[in-house]
Formats: sequence, structure tokens, C-alpha cells
Amino acid sequence: MTRPTPETLAHSARRARTVTEPAGDADPTTTPRGTAAAATPAVRPSGPVPVSGAGSLVRSLEALGVDVVFGIPGGAILPAYDPLYDSSVRHILVRHEQGAGHAATGYAQATGRVGVCIATSGPGATNLVTPIADAYMDSVPIVAITGQVARPSIGTDAFQEADIQGITLPITKHNFLVQTAEEIPQVLAEAFHLAATGRPGPVLVDIPKDVLQAATTFSWPPTLDLPGYRPTLHPHGKQIREAARLMSGARRPVLYVGGGVLKAGATEALRQLAELTGIPVVTTLMALGAFPDSHRQHLGMPGMHGTVAAVYGLQKADLIVALGARFDDRVTGKLDSFAPDATVVHADIDPAEIGKNRHADVPIVGDAKHVIEELIAAVTTDQKAGRRTDLGDWWHQLDDLRERYPLGYDEPADGTLSPQYVIKRLGEIAGPDAIYVAGVGQHQMWASQFISYEKPGTWLNSGGLGTMGYAVPAAMGAKVGRPDTVVWAVDGDGCFQMTNQELATCALEGIPVKIAVINNGNLGMVRQWQTLFYEGRYSNTELGTHKHRIPDFVKLAEALGCIGLRCENAADVDKTIEAAMAITDAPVVIDFTVGKDAMVWPMVAAGTSNDEIMFARGVRPAFDEDDI
Amino acid sequence: MTLHTLSVLVENKPGVLARVSGLFSRRGFNIDSLAVGETENPDVSRITIVVNADSSPLEQVTKQLNKLVNVLKIVELDPQVSVARELLLVKVRADRAARAQVLETVALFRARVVDVAPDTLTVEATGTPDKLDALLRDLEPFGIKEMVQSGTVAIGRGSRSITAGPSLRAA
Repeated sequence: MTRPTPETLAHSARRARTVTEPAGDADPTTTPRGTAAAATPAVRPSGPVPVSGAGSLVRSLEALGVDVVFGIPGGAILPAYDPLYDSSVRHILVRHEQGAGHAATGYAQATGRVGVCIATSGPGATNLVTPIADAYMDSVPIVAITGQVARPSIGTDAFQEADIQGITLPITKHNFLVQTAEEIPQVLAEAFHLAATGRPGPVLVDIPKDVLQAATTFSWPPTLDLPGYRPTLHPHGKQIREAARLMSGARRPVLYVGGGVLKAGATEALRQLAELTGIPVVTTLMALGAFPDSHRQHLGMPGMHGTVAAVYGLQKADLIVALGARFDDRVTGKLDSFAPDATVVHADIDPAEIGKNRHADVPIVGDAKHVIEELIAAVTTDQKAGRRTDLGDWWHQLDDLRERYPLGYDEPADGTLSPQYVIKRLGEIAGPDAIYVAGVGQHQMWASQFISYEKPGTWLNSGGLGTMGYAVPAAMGAKVGRPDTVVWAVDGDGCFQMTNQELATCALEGIPVKIAVINNGNLGMVRQWQTLFYEGRYSNTELGTHKHRIPDFVKLAEALGCIGLRCENAADVDKTIEAAMAITDAPVVIDFTVGKDAMVWPMVAAGTSNDEIMFARGVRPAFDEDDI
Repeated sequence: MTLHTLSVLVENKPGVLARVSGLFSRRGFNIDSLAVGETENPDVSRITIVVNADSSPLEQVTKQLNKLVNVLKIVELDPQVSVARELLLVKVRADRAARAQVLETVALFRARVVDVAPDTLTVEATGTPDKLDALLRDLEPFGIKEMVQSGTVAIGRGSRSITAGPSLRAA
């Protein structure tokens, strides 16, 4: 079967949204009362059928169109696993609940659909906390289903009891503790609706064991009852016209593009807007792939390890048009010196993001796709009326910076393999159609810098929470969601040792992911900071994967049912990657043994102004202040 | 920083108060006073929160509150056009010698005596926080043995109702 692309999936998610939208949009005071059928047009109304609470849960998942869930059974969730045994829903048995959570996230990021993970009560549920927090920070639509001890035992410190609803209050978009078996279909439908619409995010559904065991009936579709939930999708026309007027008049404008553009499926609209206006584009870490890296107007990624041109572009802009971005500290650097001369247009689907960190002169609340499409129309009107500013001088400055300060790296003086070279070649060989999933640290930054992202949904990483260990399970989820796409995890030796047990899952379940371990024997990013800010006192960053080869990643891969390869010098890089590309029936791990002294540049040190960006160690870019 | 009074209408469901109060502490806001109770609609509860904040952080916390799925509506009550009241119960030392004076103070503030013991009087008073502060100041010299105070509840003046409207058809 042909797999839908993230774009088309985003479209279908939007269609689902619009069923509840008209009432909410036309009159913000109207209660939206949609039905879950909206999200699953293929499912015919059914019921009532007598089932257990667990049966109702599994039928709800089927009716919601869920094709796969990631989880581990245990005492409290056990009743759910019985009907799951016969279900069309594929359950993938992971090795640690954290893996289930990140797999759901990877699945969701790669497909645009809601990812689902399941765990039992107590430790099963608390093991989901990290991936839930991760999905919350990166606005990823996942639903976590947890078993809970039976209702009479709640609050008694029963075996494997944890108040997971209370624990996840600050890290979920919403969560439910199901009180009766009758409400299961409605709660599930609401959970999926909440996860996927508006600003997406994780939703947790906690179900007591006796509720799963209780006799009930199943009917579909249930009625959604979310009177307090009314995401604003359509922007205000007056704000759009004001934004367009500023865009037509600005001399140094920049489009600051965040992950919201990918989530809204607005990448094609973004390209049109960029080309219509000629305005330079920067894409954040969460937005790589939203605008082709190869596009002439793309300045690259802004922020702590962004390109000089992107950092400078934002810093010297007279107009910043933020689209689905949130002025994160890693982008702004020291906030009070960020882009001092810029007027800010800030468009986001979440009103709370607007003005949170940086004052917005023109606030726009709306879905990025609607916003961008309406901006295109408004700018076109302005241009027809002859309003347009020549950006020649601005481009001249930016092009000059791009030329003088391109992304690059020095070959290690000690003759060791360069991690940047490995990652660059990986991107060139696997190409722009592959999905790249990174962990967190130096390798993540190099993967963001040296792989060219041309298409949406091809770059997955943990941006907001910075979760080490994200890559292997997230790559697993991405591969399950898009089995016909090559999925490469670019991981570090530190990250890899946190979650590599999911490779056993991949080997047994037939999920042939490819893992490039950029093994520098150290917690590389921490080591880099120790080099720069702690006088080279390398406290507890040496992992021993070089010195002692513990663990031996090739043997580890083989023990986990994967194929293990090793590459230790530049001459072997291409053929090792090609060998891994040729293996399509098993997971592959490559241990790229690289030098430990490579550093990520450029860099804006934490807490300093973007004006202080360092192009390389001891090298400040020369900005010609007279040009501005 | 100034005091702001927020009326937060929420769905009457378990755990909603924890969501609201947790959000304040998580985002670094101190709640001066909080009161919660049912409204004329049994599906809707009303939380009155007095918070000490500048207007820009207050806007941020209001937006974050609005994102809570169980929150139906938030209105900031302007003290000029609203009525705000607290309830105070205070146990004052009042032996034979002091009793007459205590009763006089109670009468001056239109408070009420709700319990009498040989050496104490328990006084109930409602009013604005200012009035209750003044009452306490006057009772202080007699000796306050124990006191308990409710959070502020507040309602807008005039005939308009913030609970009217289709957005509050909960359940």
C-alpha cells in the first residue's frame, strides 16, 4: 500500500478538526460538540455491544483508526492485553516503557498521526514520564494509556500504585483518570482529539483495573464534551493585514520558522510566501525540513549552534515574522539583547506563546497554514498596490556572511576520524528522502548542521526537553510508521547506552532501523563545555567506550539481534554506510569510532548575547557595522 | 506589583482545583487568596483567585489558565465595579472585665458573636479585606486566641452575569 506523506496526513488531521471548527470559529462562545466519527470517517456507527471495559478500550482504539501501539503489559493493565490479543491493532512489545513513549513520539513525528503507548500502573507509568515530558515540550501528539490499581485501592499505597495523573499534570496537554467503564469510548475519543488538534501534545488516560474488568457496552461514535477547549485556527484579518504591511515595508525582514509550520502541514505555503516576498528564512531545530536547506533564501538554523548568517539575520533584523516558533532561549540567547531593533510579528496557534518571552508588536493567533495562506493573499494585495521594499542591501550583507562564515569543520589534528565528516557523508549517501533521528548532544547539532533537509518529516529529534536516549526508540517508531522509508538514527555513545535495548524489539519485530553511533568515547557536549568553561577538567565525561571498548558496540549489536559494523577511518566511511544501506532485513548498528576533541561551532555560549557568537574557538565573526 | 482578582469558571470535575493551583506555583506565581465553590449551575464551579503580579506576567498566567481543558472562562474583576468579601472567624480573649469593650468593637464593625465561653468570644465578620484588617487591629489588644479566614469571593456589580452564555453549557 502507498503510505501517506506527513503533508497529506496533516491534511486529514485538519479535516478532522474542521468538524468541530465551524461552531468554535464563527462564534468563540459556542460550545464545540463534535463526534469522534469526525476523526475516523471510515468507521460506521456501531453498538451498543456488550463488552468489558478492556474490550471497550481496544474497540475504541480500532474505531479511532489506531494501527499500532507500543507497550509492556503488567498487573493493572493486564485485562486490556486480552482483547488486544485478537485485535487488528498491532502491539509492539518494547523492552522499557521509555522506549514505548519515544516510539509513539517518533511514529507521530514521522506520520503526523497520533502515536500510542501503553504501560501498567506504578513503575510502568512513571517510566513514561520522560517521553511524555519530551512530547509536551515538542508538541507531539501522543496518547499514553496506563493501567491503575483498582478504584477501591486508589490512595492506599497499593502495590504498584502511583498517582500518574497527578505526576503528569504539568507535562500533559490534558489527562484523564477514567471513573467508569461506560466513559471509556468518550474519554479515548476526547484524548485523541485533544492530542491532535490545536497545539498538539501528549494526553494521558489512566484506567483502573476494575474499570477494565467491569461489564459495559460499547457504542461508537461517542459525543465529545470539551466545553473549555476551543483552539483558534483562523487568524484575525486585521492582524494579518498589519503583518503584511510591515513585511512590505521592512528593510531587513526575516521569517523565523518553528516546528508549528511542520505540524500545520504549511511547508508548501511557506515556500510560496518566502518566494513571493524574497524574505530570508531561518528554520529552528524543530523546523528543519520545513524549508529546503538548498533553497537560496534559507539562511540555516538560528540559535546557540546556528549559522552565523541565521543568528546575525535575526539579531540585526528590523522585522521578525515568527511562524509557529516560541523564542526559545536556545534561539534568542540573552533575551534582553535579542534582536534589539526588530518589530515582531508573532503567529502561533497557542496564544500563551505570544508575548511569553518577547513582546509581540503584531500578535496573530492561528494555525500556521491558515496564517501563511492569508499572509500570501494580503502581501499579494500590497504588492499589486505597488508596496514592496527592495531587499538588495540586506541580501548583500547576508550573502557576504554566508560566504565568509559557512558551516564547516577542521579535520582533527590527531588523525582521528572526524564526526562531522561521518555525518555529512551519511546525509549525502542516504539522501533527502531518508528520515534522520538524532539523540541529544554534539552529534545532534552536527546532524542538524551537516545533513541537508529538503522535505518535511525527515528530521526527528528531542528539541525542547533535550532527552538523551531519544534516538533509538524514536527511530523505531518512525520506521513502524513509515516502513518504506530508510530511517537512520544518528546517536552518540552516551545516548545509545540509555535506550539501545529497543534494538532487541526492532530485531524481533522486523523493524530494520539503522543506527550510526558517533562514538567519541565521551559525553561529548558536556566535555566541550568542560573544555571551554571548566579549564579542561573532564569530570565524569569519559565513558570508556574507546579506552576499554566497554561495551563493544559491534558485539552489543549482535547480541541484540542486529548487524554490527565498525568504521575507524575516513577511507572506510562510504563503504560502511553503503554496506548498511544494503541491509534491508535487519537493524544495523555502525560504531563510528571518532575523535573526542571535535567541537560544535558556531556557538553562542549559554546566557550570552547572540552578538557574541563565536564562529570557531577564539574567532568572532567580523560584522561590518557600517552596513547596517 | 498589584493585586488582581480573577474569577475562573471551571468544569465541576475531580482534580480541577489541583490543575489550577498547580499551574500558578509551576509558573512562579504566588496566590494571595483562593476560594472555590459551586455556581448556580451544578456543572460549573467558580474559583476566585487573588494574585499579586504585574500586568504582563498576569496576562501570561491567564493565557496558561485558559489552556487548561477544564477551564471555561476567566474574568478579571475590576475592584471599582465589583464587590469582594472575605469571611473571618476569630476567638478573642474576653473575660468579664474586657467583655463589654469587645462587644462594643464587634458592634462597631457590624460583626456578630457566634459562640460564648467564660473567657472568650468567637466573632464572625464579613467584609472587604481592609475592613477585616481594621477589625483585627482593634481586637488585637484583647488577645486573639485563634482565627481563621476565608479566601476572597467577588462578583461584578450590575445586572450582567459572567456565568451567562453558551460557553458554559458544561456536561
